[in-house]
Amino acid sequence: MTVFIIRRLMQSILVVFVMSFLVFGGVNLVGDPVEMMVSDEADQEERERVIRSMGLDKPWYAQYGIFVANALQGDLGKSFVYGEQALGIIVQRMPATFELALAALLMAIVIGIPLGVFAGLKPEARTSKVIMTGSILGFSLPTFWVGLMFIMVFAVVLGWLPSTGRGETVQLMGIDVSFLTFDGLSHLLLPAVNLALFKISLVIRLARAGTREIVHQDYIKFARAKGLSQERVILVHLMKNIMIPVVTVLGLEFGGLIAFSVVTETVFAWPGMGKLIIDSIQSLDRPVIVAYLMIIVLVFVVINLVVDVLYSILDPRVRLQDVKG
Amino acid sequence: MHFRKTLALAAAAAALSLAPAAHAQTLTIGLGTEPTSIDPHYHNLGPNNQIAQHFFSRLIEQDHKQNLSPGLATSWKALNDTTWEFKLRKGVKFHDGSAFDADDVVVSFHRGGNHPNAKSSFGLYTKGKTVKKIDSHTIQISTEKPYPLMPVDVSNIHIVSDKNQGKWEGDYNNGSAAHGTGPYKLGKWVKGEVLEMVRYDGYHGPKPHWAKIVIKPIKSAPSRLAALLAGDVDFIDQVPTVDIARLKKNPNIELSQGVSNRVIYLHMDQLRDNPQYIKAPDGKNPMKDVRVRKAISKAINRAAIVERVMEGIAIPAGQLLPEGFFGRSSNLKVEAYDPEGAKKLLAEAGYPNGFSATLHGPNNRYINDAKIVEAIAQMLTRIGIKTTPDTMPKSVYFKRGKNKGPKKPPEWNFVLVGWGSGTGEPSSPLRSLLGTYDKTKGWGSSNRGLHSDPEMDKILDQALSTVDDTKRAALLAKATEIGIGRNQGIVPLHYQVNTWAGKKGLTYKARTDERTVGYDVTPK
Repeated sequence: MTVFIIRRLMQSILVVFVMSFLVFGGVNLVGDPVEMMVSDEADQEERERVIRSMGLDKPWYAQYGIFVANALQGDLGKSFVYGEQALGIIVQRMPATFELALAALLMAIVIGIPLGVFAGLKPEARTSKVIMTGSILGFSLPTFWVGLMFIMVFAVVLGWLPSTGRGETVQLMGIDVSFLTFDGLSHLLLPAVNLALFKISLVIRLARAGTREIVHQDYIKFARAKGLSQERVILVHLMKNIMIPVVTVLGLEFGGLIAFSVVTETVFAWPGMGKLIIDSIQSLDRPVIVAYLMIIVLVFVVINLVVDVLYSILDPRVRLQDVKG
Repeated sequence: MHFRKTLALAAAAAALSLAPAAHAQTLTIGLGTEPTSIDPHYHNLGPNNQIAQHFFSRLIEQDHKQNLSPGLATSWKALNDTTWEFKLRKGVKFHDGSAFDADDVVVSFHRGGNHPNAKSSFGLYTKGKTVKKIDSHTIQISTEKPYPLMPVDVSNIHIVSDKNQGKWEGDYNNGSAAHGTGPYKLGKWVKGEVLEMVRYDGYHGPKPHWAKIVIKPIKSAPSRLAALLAGDVDFIDQVPTVDIARLKKNPNIELSQGVSNRVIYLHMDQLRDNPQYIKAPDGKNPMKDVRVRKAISKAINRAAIVERVMEGIAIPAGQLLPEGFFGRSSNLKVEAYDPEGAKKLLAEAGYPNGFSATLHGPNNRYINDAKIVEAIAQMLTRIGIKTTPDTMPKSVYFKRGKNKGPKKPPEWNFVLVGWGSGTGEPSSPLRSLLGTYDKTKGWGSSNRGLHSDPEMDKILDQALSTVDDTKRAALLAKATEIGIGRNQGIVPLHYQVNTWAGKKGLTYKARTDERTVGYDVTPK
């Protein structure tokens, strides 16, 4: 397994390098950050000063060279907008996004799997039909619309929950978290549900499909014949076997939750990385965009690795090897 | 599911979250923008300056109509054409307790013009000026040439303490150097999340009402509005025009509206002979002909744009600044809608069957910008100028539409843009939009149609060196009459009107510079 992991990490470095080139090249094709930055009234001289101060007077390959040289020393550049280390700005926003993504993931598992298994075990029951119809809604309603509806209903009309922002935070092992305070939880609830809705539907469908397939397998029948209780059959024999597709998909989706919860974060003004990236794209803050995407590549690489390791734990038949050929 | 429990939890949570809002001495504002720094000399841009003026005072303050009033300077006068003297206020203390005197002014002016990391510097206002300390509470600022805009320029420089020399934006952002003499002290700033200000009891001006102002950046307009309706914030800026009619009927909401110094207008290519985006039967550039430019102006039904596209929230424009501003021309009227007259002018210019053109515009920069572009394209097509609208995000738009002078003109020939006059008088737009491109003088940087008229340049030059207010106002009006009235160098469309909304009982003096200033929000 160690060899596998090492080789995987080495492949990742190549991926990161290629990505850096593509991203850097890509953002340099779009727009002019100086025009976004300067005051309308700035004259030509002032514009040139800003261009020089951000190193944009150099050709793109020279800029890329400087970027790579700095990146190798852990410096991903300074934000054009804030003038601070791009990496620092992103790391600052990380806890908020991780908190939101984990809350959504947790909901997807805790709500999605039981409902899906239930619908798979009793496909004809009325409840199952309601669950499946509900999951279609979860899939098809656009996130921003649902988010705005949540705000309208729960914040504006009923006044139960706050409409925007992150609540009070406390320090947990040096990280600001909000789920330990009441105010924080109340702020977290709506965006987390909003973000989780799609994932819950996804998990329901996966769990249902898996259950329907596995429930007819010989080893389930055998377990029943052996006289095992229904709970044990479902919780041990069935659950373990439906988890592989669920873990794969959730792993990838978790990456997506972290990287691109842009819509939810914008609608709820949640101060996370998704809001940061959309703001940065709008203001053409190239260093932040590049640093952000580099970090996201790393996150995906790590998640994929974790998923692979989880496979081998869930399914002993899976051996961690690279596919040759 | 424990639905009941969830409900109880939610209700309790709501009660808790509403608790701080119930506190009458705190004002919570949902802002559509966010500053990039607390450092008042880091980024010369509206979102930063509106925050900076809570913490830092200026020698001369600009009120909500951009009129100048005494700030840290109690009086000022021109000793001669090139030297101005400012008497400084005595007994003023910075937030950290240190006393304010002439040294702070000298340091602030130097810092404003030479901030090494500035993203858009205040050098614009300090360039060519020498600041000299006369005694502890008198300074003189001199220029080489007569410079009438001195008080306006001075009113843009925030004063920081000379104790904090060598400290830059990082020290201001974390609060360690963010000490001004303004009405509020920095509480805490978490980027993208919250900015808290606490009233400074030693402020030299009138005591503001709010003990604490909390600013939450909420960039999405519907979310910002929802936050107000839900009671999470007390006051918001940039209310979308589509919601205004409905909000007016809401008894719990109070709207504040006011015209801004921003004019929305069209640039027409007056340089190139073979424009890429204008196709005329004779293969030339019809927009070089003043009759064609006049025809475009006559073909636009400004009243309809204001009523239909802007939902009534704008004022038709005939020049660069709305009524009430210094240096306006009283002769220039809003061009009347006259499609027949426009057609006649086109025929006179040799285009009885019109020509075709593409009108480019941004779609996320000004209020309803893309819709305005579409409306104008239809109106022009009606008189025979077959116009195709083409809009794009501002990040792309302003790169491709950038003007780098006659050798590197903007990519497009016909564009919609807006201009807010930071100086509160017409010299800045005249210089930047209509003045002949001249890098050394700093003129024409946004002259995207590359309009040029030596006569107007001359009058404007003269105005910019006339210290006498009456004479200068007359010269500026004359320059406007030539640039817009006679030459139609640009086609003004309308002045933007900005809308703020607050809870019942809160009023705001709508500012022409579009800024949101917390201490100007007051209970009735």
